[in-house]
Amino acid sequence: MAGAGVREFKRRIRSVKNTQQITKAMEMVAAAKLRRAQESAEASRPYTETLQGTLARLAAVSFDVRHPLLDKREDVRKIGYVIVTADRGLCGAYNTNIIRTVDQSVQEDDRNLETGIIAVGRKARDFYRKRGGVDAEFVNLGDNVSYADAREVAQYVMNAYENGEVDEVYLVYARFVNALRQIPTVTQLLPLETPEEDTSSESTRVIDYLYEPSAEEILLTLLPKYVGSQIYHAMLEGKASEHGARMTAMGNATENAGEIIDNLELAMNKARQAAITDEILDIVGGAEALKNA
Amino acid sequence: MAESTFMLEIVTPEQILFRDEVQFMVAPGAEGELGIMKNHAPLVAALDIGVLRYKNTSGTQKKMALSGGFMEVIDNVARVLAETAEHGEDIDILRAKAAKERAERRLQAREDSLNLARAEMALKRAISRLKAAEAL
Repeated sequence: MAGAGVREFKRRIRSVKNTQQITKAMEMVAAAKLRRAQESAEASRPYTETLQGTLARLAAVSFDVRHPLLDKREDVRKIGYVIVTADRGLCGAYNTNIIRTVDQSVQEDDRNLETGIIAVGRKARDFYRKRGGVDAEFVNLGDNVSYADAREVAQYVMNAYENGEVDEVYLVYARFVNALRQIPTVTQLLPLETPEEDTSSESTRVIDYLYEPSAEEILLTLLPKYVGSQIYHAMLEGKASEHGARMTAMGNATENAGEIIDNLELAMNKARQAAITDEILDIVGGAEALKNA
Repeated sequence: MAESTFMLEIVTPEQILFRDEVQFMVAPGAEGELGIMKNHAPLVAALDIGVLRYKNTSGTQKKMALSGGFMEVIDNVARVLAETAEHGEDIDILRAKAAKERAERRLQAREDSLNLARAEMALKRAISRLKAAEAL
């Protein structure tokens, strides 16, 4: 009988519903984690902004500052890319977009130099492992980005730069705009460019600071911290972007599952109706046959 | 005494650890301790690994361990930026002691210069944390 067809539909609907429940749960978890990631990004702002402001002010009053991290190299042989991706998938095109941006950036650089990969996040590591390997990896960092992790990355990058293993370093991460939009961004990390003073705001009033020791010396001690804070910032943005992307991807998946369920239910009802019609026809046919007999 | 206080902010990358009016503070400046009171001239100072002391509005002295950074004083706001900072009473003394012993062992082992420098920093941090926790 046609009942078997209906049963098959029921089985498939149940299976899609199970998947939908999982995607729905993942969406809600991602939403909660996104909120937490945004809170940590917010909490890091006073540090980042004060550090940048002070560096800019120090740079403006310092002359002839020399530091290995500031040295632009004439002879550039190898470029390092610090790539911030997620540890896990199921977040739409988030990881792919970042890796594609790196590839693009490598291709656009017409100097054709060797590239070194510093992978932050398992997805970047797995991808580059299959294509020539990674120079360093920082994986399984968890959902809460800690400054200690960022500093470790910074320490590695600065060592590699000062030892001449890399001559330029770029930082690639997804800038968080909102849950629907994350923009893969490439910024130059080393050699450092000290931030420019923001001349638009009223904070530019000239203040005669005392410097203890000198402005130049303070500037030099702050440069490594600036590298750390930039990497930390990228990791925080990346984490917010990851959860945003996952939330959107899982929201879409939940919606698609709903659509599939609707279609399956429609098809199931049709099949059931057809089965009933068949049965009625059978009975009517049988009765006719009896009457005529 | 309320009129002789100023704002002290301790800012780390992860949070604003402390933000309150204080009467007096002493920061571990790179070239010696720096005492700050109300109406201090604008100042930018590099800070060493060490202990920051302050006197809160009720006159109690508190200590905090800093891992170096810098401080900016302007308009009666002293803002201290440090990569890590801990309230003295929050410090896990056992852990700090363990870290100190580990660093001392490494210093004695005399490995290559990079590790030596790192062990020295670790020792300095551990000592400042113990001092802040009043366990040394």
